[in-house]
Amino acid sequence: MVDTAVAQPRKRRKLNSYVGAPLLFIIVNLTLFCLFFVWPAVIGLGYSFTSYTGIGDAPFVGGDNYARLMDDPAFWAALWRSVIYTATVVPLSVVAALGTAYLLVSPYTKGKGFARVIFFLPWLISPIIAGVIWRWLFGENFGLVNFIITELGFDAVPWQSNADLSLMVVIIAAVWGSTAFNMLLFVAALKNVPVSYYEAADLDGAGAWQKFRSITLPAIAPTTFIVVLLSTLHAMKEYSLIVAVNAGGPGTANNLIVQYIYQTGFRKAQIGYASAASFVLLLILMIIALIQMLANRRKES
Amino acid sequence: MAAETKKPPALRTPRQALNKKPGSRTGDLARKISSSSVLWLLVVVYGFPTLWFVMSSFKPAGELFSYPLTFFPSRFTLDGYAEAWTKFDFAGYFVNTLIVAVGATLLTVVASAAAGYALAKYQSWWLKIFAVCIIATTMLPGETILAPLFVVVRDLGLYNNLAGVIVPAVITATGTFMFRQFFVTVPNDLLEAARIDGSGEVSTFIRIMLPLAKPIIMTLAIFSFQWRWNDYLWPLIILNDPNEFTLQIGVASIIGAQNINWSVLLGASVMSMIPLVAIYLIFQKYVMSADMNAGLKD
Repeated sequence: MVDTAVAQPRKRRKLNSYVGAPLLFIIVNLTLFCLFFVWPAVIGLGYSFTSYTGIGDAPFVGGDNYARLMDDPAFWAALWRSVIYTATVVPLSVVAALGTAYLLVSPYTKGKGFARVIFFLPWLISPIIAGVIWRWLFGENFGLVNFIITELGFDAVPWQSNADLSLMVVIIAAVWGSTAFNMLLFVAALKNVPVSYYEAADLDGAGAWQKFRSITLPAIAPTTFIVVLLSTLHAMKEYSLIVAVNAGGPGTANNLIVQYIYQTGFRKAQIGYASAASFVLLLILMIIALIQMLANRRKES
Repeated sequence: MAAETKKPPALRTPRQALNKKPGSRTGDLARKISSSSVLWLLVVVYGFPTLWFVMSSFKPAGELFSYPLTFFPSRFTLDGYAEAWTKFDFAGYFVNTLIVAVGATLLTVVASAAAGYALAKYQSWWLKIFAVCIIATTMLPGETILAPLFVVVRDLGLYNNLAGVIVPAVITATGTFMFRQFFVTVPNDLLEAARIDGSGEVSTFIRIMLPLAKPIIMTLAIFSFQWRWNDYLWPLIILNDPNEFTLQIGVASIIGAQNINWSVLLGASVMSMIPLVAIYLIFQKYVMSADMNAGLKD
């Protein structure tokens, strides 16, 4: 937007005179935005102050839902589990994505074409199937991992019945599944780092790690920011993957926040209460985005 | 290799060239070997889980759980696949998923191209507000308004209807901004020339601009198809009738059972992956060359 305005100040006025055409072009998205974002957000906020069950009346209960939520241990447990999950998955996934992207643009690696297809495969596989794949590997009595562990003379590991190990399997599956898309972003960014920077560093006799730290990382910082932000938002609302790996089990130990919202809203039909939980999630996501944007801005200046 | 072609030898004195080359050559070789080894190790780490899964799907049901586990099936069989096809309504789920994915993709491409074009080529205060609203949809994903969104879709009469899965999913910030970013790079002169020739705004968009945007159309189409093919939570909420189930709901229902029938689960899972893998292998270049940053940075 900025560049067209600067480059063609004369045409800008001319373009401005059109109203009908651009309105027609955005009408589909505009309608859908109002219908499926604005309207649900408005009524959702309304519901969060009622005890609506999905049918019949929606009796106003004031801030009761929010007060109940603050006292609900299941809500806090799910939220805390989501935070642990996100705080583990995001750094691992970013490192994995950057590492694979770096190797894919490196002039020193052979077999990039095939490697790219293999790295990208998990992106094509749905979270449900990805979860099934890892569940199959980590099955307690039948999985390959426990087979190898017992063959080596150790005891079988309770990958499903121990809550922390169970979350670990989900984390491994999530990192495996989320590498590809982030890798795509990093590959584009790495290719845009001017070669002349590296050549200049070569003349100064800089090592590979030095070049990576002082040239590559700063040059791709904007992409890293986007990747971290998108990955964080994505991890905070993970649902499908955990359903496939262990359904939030054992028991409810690994219920994540979206699963909690789904359970209360759709299994227990507490639309009002679930709406309140949704708004708390929304608030958290907005705070995360805001903090990361502020951190990014400070780093830039 | 890159160093040899990039640096013209004429700029160097022969002595420098002699000094530098042998040393960097052996260093290069060591680096090539170490970098490639790491790359191949990662290929194994990333590829193996899927490979193991696919190999397992060809094992007879009795062999799936019998220790010692072997990589290759003792006898290749398609029993699991056959069972998934008959016992599990694979064909029905497949068709439903296809309807959702194709329908949503067509609508997404058209809506995103038009909106992206408007954001790139026209300027007004309400378009700027519209752009902010679209960006907000990434920050306020559907998960945060799950319950009320369900109520809205239900009240529109789209509950238990594939359309209820498709329509709310059409709007995408990534898609809209991919197109905006592309159309910004198309010279305004082209638009001006079309106007002078008396071409209407809509006809210019359809006849001149859309054909130019073919690579973006392809990229977004593949992304959109993948999003909808692999979607689980929203279809699960909207579709209650097993006749309307998509593949992901179907597969998840096998996992939800008390005793998981792994033979069917393996077969159904592998079959459900095939369409996307095929599409990717055919249209790889549109995915890998996608300058995704462009769409997301704005």
